[in-house]
Amino acid sequence: MSAYLSFEKHIRELENKISELKTIGQGSQVDLEEDVRKLQKKLKRLLRDTYANLSPWQRVQVARHPMRPYTLDYIREMTTDFVELRGDRRFADDKAIIAGMARFEGMTVAIIGHQKGRTTKENIERNFGMPHPEGYRKALRIMKLAEKFGFPVLTFVDTPGAFPGIGAEERGQAEAIGHNLYEMSILKVPIVVSITGEGGSGGALGISIGDRLLMQENAVYAVISPEGCASILWRDTEKAPVAAEAMRLTAQHLFELGVIDEIVKEPLGGAHRDPKRAASILRRAIRRHLSELMKKDPDQLIEERHKKWRAMGVFGE
Amino acid sequence: MVRLWFKKRPFSKVKDSKQRVPRGLWVKCENCKEMVYKEEVERNLKVCPKCNYHFRISAKERIELLVDKGSFKERDASISPKDPLKFKDSKRYMDRLKEAQRKTGMKDAVICGTASIGGYPVELVVFEFGFLGGSMGSVVGEKVTRAVERACESGTPLIIVSSSGGARMQESILSLVQMGKTCAALARLSEAKVPYISVLTDPTTGGVSASFALLGDVVISEPKALIGFAGPRVIEQTIRQQLPQGFQRAEFLMEHGFVDMVVDRKVLRETLRRLLSLFENGRRAWAL
Repeated sequence: MSAYLSFEKHIRELENKISELKTIGQGSQVDLEEDVRKLQKKLKRLLRDTYANLSPWQRVQVARHPMRPYTLDYIREMTTDFVELRGDRRFADDKAIIAGMARFEGMTVAIIGHQKGRTTKENIERNFGMPHPEGYRKALRIMKLAEKFGFPVLTFVDTPGAFPGIGAEERGQAEAIGHNLYEMSILKVPIVVSITGEGGSGGALGISIGDRLLMQENAVYAVISPEGCASILWRDTEKAPVAAEAMRLTAQHLFELGVIDEIVKEPLGGAHRDPKRAASILRRAIRRHLSELMKKDPDQLIEERHKKWRAMGVFGE
Repeated sequence: MVRLWFKKRPFSKVKDSKQRVPRGLWVKCENCKEMVYKEEVERNLKVCPKCNYHFRISAKERIELLVDKGSFKERDASISPKDPLKFKDSKRYMDRLKEAQRKTGMKDAVICGTASIGGYPVELVVFEFGFLGGSMGSVVGEKVTRAVERACESGTPLIIVSSSGGARMQESILSLVQMGKTCAALARLSEAKVPYISVLTDPTTGGVSASFALLGDVVISEPKALIGFAGPRVIEQTIRQQLPQGFQRAEFLMEHGFVDMVVDRKVLRETLRRLLSLFENGRRAWAL
């Protein structure tokens, strides 16, 4: 584990100690196994305690962890025969969104998800997971393909937001997102949305209209980034932790507000500590929801999806 | 002109000691920075007589400007905002709401209702920018959705006049999902083949532009209105580059293919009437 978060100081110390002991144990006659076991037990407890009580801002940091699994990791772990499809057939291919077809639990599915990079080079290529309009239009193209051939759609959401740039505005970022919301609300095949990292505003929503919304326990989802909110309402980006608290952006909050259907557990200490296991837990949740949805005919599916979204919001009358 | 201003000064002062005279009689155009005679601006539908800059107008003024006299019947006026997140920055959201309500006399940032324009019935939604920047939270989302549903049921064309900074931060995720909710309603309206005309006024950005505002069968904008996904300041900070002149203005959007026409305020009503008559006429022909 390379990147520790600021609140993981004790975890880092303990993990270092364990690996030290292991190294010493290998080279000497002294049996340190018992000590290692004890420390590992302690580490487990520490991880559990730390991760059970994360503040919203700490969750934002976990959601942004550079080792957190991304869409391509989930595709690799959950599916076989993945074929990536590229381009919006209008302007370009946007590498901040991955789209394609694959086999999931024996079914052909369409997969769409944001994709961040791990290296600087890759991040530049993928624009840090911030799509341009072409990304949303490619996503829609693949959804329409899925509808035509009757495959369900799985989306994976992890973006700081849609990119705010000159080209993005010239080519209609707002229109591209709005159009997706509209089309996804009446798409005639099941859509299961998994929020796996940062749910960054409209940039996340643009591939998030679905029949079921699943959210990993350390993912976050809000109308604007905590930094953006802090800069506008507090006029100080340093207040991001306070803004994160105020925006109620955790999975638990979203569940209580009736926005998501299920909180998906992560391995102890976050998805980045065990991506394989994170993928297997998420895969089972997606499978369960998908098999329920596959029993419904398109009219019922769309009617229920409409009702679900129609009911969102809190107001008095 | 200047002499007139000095002459009138004592009279205004007597009328309202709080209001400073220059502000009462003259306004500075935000675009050309010229001082213009307020009465002349008012007579000109709040358009600068010198440079044709369209000042922002209130929702009530907008309705008066667009619909046949006495035809507007407000709907869903009783829907009011709540504070499900118990949101507080430097002020409580509840206090901000109360202040905005006092200032505008409205419960939230849209007025909805039925009216007629040149005799053609419409479902009308008008944003009030003066209410927390016309931002969309649960109430705006619900009222827009209901207006779309009424249009869908009755077959009456829908007109939405937007003026909004986007989704309302103080309701966070609940604001964001209103984008999905309103677009889902629009999809049904489209399937029912009921016309939707979107009128964009200064400014239309964020969650409003990225949901229903750019999805009209016809999209009209007032001159020079700021329209975009991200605000210019955010873009400048992100790319660290000065933005080209006219960037994200109505004319720019039209040039890039996202707006059908840029229409002066004084001919907006006539433009809408003409479109409504064409849709109505077309529908009749099809019904035969």
